[in-house]
Amino acid sequence: MIDTLRDWLSHYWVLMPVKVVVILLVFLTVPLVVGYLEHKVMAHMQARLGPMEAGRFHGVLQLVADGIKFVQKESIVPKAADKWVFALAPAVALVPTILLFGFLPYGPDLVPIRSDVGLFVVLALGSVSVIGVLMAAWSSANKYSLMGGVRAAAQLIAYELPLVLAAAAVAMQAGSADLAVIVERQDTVWNIVYPWHWFAFLIFGAAAIAELTRPPFDMPVADSELVFGHLTEYTGLRFAFFLLTEYAGIVVQSAVAATLWFGGYKGFIVPSGPWWLLLKVFALSFVVIWLRATFPRLREDQLQSFAWLRLVPVSLLLILVVGFVKVGF
Amino acid sequence: MAIEQRGGNGGPRGAGGDAAVGGAAFQAADGTGVGIILRDKADRALHTQDMTLNVGPQHPATHGVLRVLVTLDGEMIEDTQPVIGYMHRAFEKLAEARDYRQIIALVNRHDWVSSICNELGVALIVEKQMGLEVPERATWIRMLMAEWTRVLNHLMFVGSYPLELGAITPMFYAFREREEIQALMEWITGGRLHLTYCRVGGLKQDLPRGAIQMSRDLVPKIRGRLREYEDLVLGNEIFMARTRGVGLLPADVACSYGVSGALLQASGVPEDSRRTEPYCFYDQVDFDVPTGSNGDCYDRFHMLIARMRESLRIIEQVHDRIPPGPVNVKLPKIVRAPEGHAYVRCENPLGQLSYYMVSHNEKTPWRFKMRTPSFNNVSSLPYLLKGTLVPDMIAVMGSMFFIVGDIDR
Repeated sequence: MIDTLRDWLSHYWVLMPVKVVVILLVFLTVPLVVGYLEHKVMAHMQARLGPMEAGRFHGVLQLVADGIKFVQKESIVPKAADKWVFALAPAVALVPTILLFGFLPYGPDLVPIRSDVGLFVVLALGSVSVIGVLMAAWSSANKYSLMGGVRAAAQLIAYELPLVLAAAAVAMQAGSADLAVIVERQDTVWNIVYPWHWFAFLIFGAAAIAELTRPPFDMPVADSELVFGHLTEYTGLRFAFFLLTEYAGIVVQSAVAATLWFGGYKGFIVPSGPWWLLLKVFALSFVVIWLRATFPRLREDQLQSFAWLRLVPVSLLLILVVGFVKVGF
Repeated sequence: MAIEQRGGNGGPRGAGGDAAVGGAAFQAADGTGVGIILRDKADRALHTQDMTLNVGPQHPATHGVLRVLVTLDGEMIEDTQPVIGYMHRAFEKLAEARDYRQIIALVNRHDWVSSICNELGVALIVEKQMGLEVPERATWIRMLMAEWTRVLNHLMFVGSYPLELGAITPMFYAFREREEIQALMEWITGGRLHLTYCRVGGLKQDLPRGAIQMSRDLVPKIRGRLREYEDLVLGNEIFMARTRGVGLLPADVACSYGVSGALLQASGVPEDSRRTEPYCFYDQVDFDVPTGSNGDCYDRFHMLIARMRESLRIIEQVHDRIPPGPVNVKLPKIVRAPEGHAYVRCENPLGQLSYYMVSHNEKTPWRFKMRTPSFNNVSSLPYLLKGTLVPDMIAVMGSMFFIVGDIDR
């Protein structure tokens, strides 16, 4: 019975739809859970309760209710907007994020799309979303949107470099850019135990949060200055797509960080598997939410100098250290 | 002054096209003055143009309906022009048609987060003009209420200022504390926002049972929470980076603009009319006037917390000094202030509040002039904003600690 199933599944045209459906399911559920987590965690950090009504138990279905609300909203396109670009922008931001889910190793044999350069595919796809942001900013015909878009572009270019360098440190350590191999190499100890990898993780974390334009690096959507940056003119489902991109981005970047430094799907006591990855994703997402509840946002120029004058030199030094360690020991 | 927009449709492409031809994008409709002129930067290597941005009247950072016209070169601010009056409610004129006692219900609306302090000012000026002697108990209770109002007011800005810099949490903490103080105020006066507790010649009613004890219990609680704010906000590296050295207001400039309150103290001037020109029994209580050293946004924010500490100190002293006795004097059926004029100066939470009243021995004042702190404080914005970045504009505007109703009256 199981053998027959395995035979069936090994067929490419059977396996692929299954993969697509499973990835879409993961994409549609995990970010929602992180979104709910954000509602509740921030609420309790801020001496309030957060959603309590939807779904009867502590507002568990709040985001579903939000989704239904967004579907019902009128989709407003500004008169002066560049209509095609305006309509396309959410998709350009969203689709690469969905694709990212395909490259993550969920278990020893659970890598939907395995690639020798998986790590860099993930990082490259992650930065495609920027184009969606720029498209949204430019096509909205709104000055606040435009300023948000320009900020986003500058920020994402600046933080791309430390992000890749920090990830490269891990790839050097593992001797491979294949995410599955990187996880396998962490069989005995997780990468995070090495002191130089603390820095790599912190740099990656800062850069990833900047890539996601989350606080304290949320200048592009700074609500008190730019109203809502590139999202100002968006309503309804298109706005929801951008929100979904943000939460999915948190999940993916947490998953990548977990894969690179925390042993991915590997665990202890409880056998390894996707649940370990999920647990680590939630733990890291919690930190991302925690940062949002704690910090004010940096100023644009401080943001840039932090990237170019602090993160980039440190990550270059890191590459050097990892190189020495790799050759020396 | 009505300003109409002649240039573009608000979009980046539209604005660029029109400004290249016309130049003057904003002009006053009545032709009295040209607003902000867009300049072509043709002499630069890369041909650029300024962008005019309307911050407000509906903008999340302007707490209401202040409008600031900003000329931007990239993110650099070249010129600002605050446009006020969207919330003008003609209080000065309305006061001329109100009985002296009714003005109290009017003035607690111009700065709606420090209503008791405004009421106190009116009560003082009418009493001064009429030569009324207020019972001691009433004066002490007025001080108690005024100081709690100050704490309430500062708590609001302590919450909202970090919010403008992107920190969302302090807002909720501040409102948690505010709620506790509001409960006390509600217990005493029955109101939450427009308390209308002061009366000409005293107070609306005596303190209810347990009010003093409630207030006593609240002081150490709030004081403890203030330390939390210092840890969470003042000690935060990003907060320091955003506010240290930003929006520097030298003492002489502050004085020339008539800036007062926490802003003036942050610039290093220990001016506080509770100390320099004491009213009520402020000369009998012990408190310090905090001053800052740099006059930047950080100092201004710090002043709020320091001022709250001093208010709590005053409140503690007042608790022990409220004597028994009546809280009101008997007023004649028709209140008439004798002919003449009077001037009263109070230290409101936002700065110096002055009332000037001219009466012609009628039932209503002939002229009632208000000098509200926010108006003068905000007038220093163009000086502070020149040459700063857009994010700094928000940091500076937030640190003006203004209430739009208090600007427009």
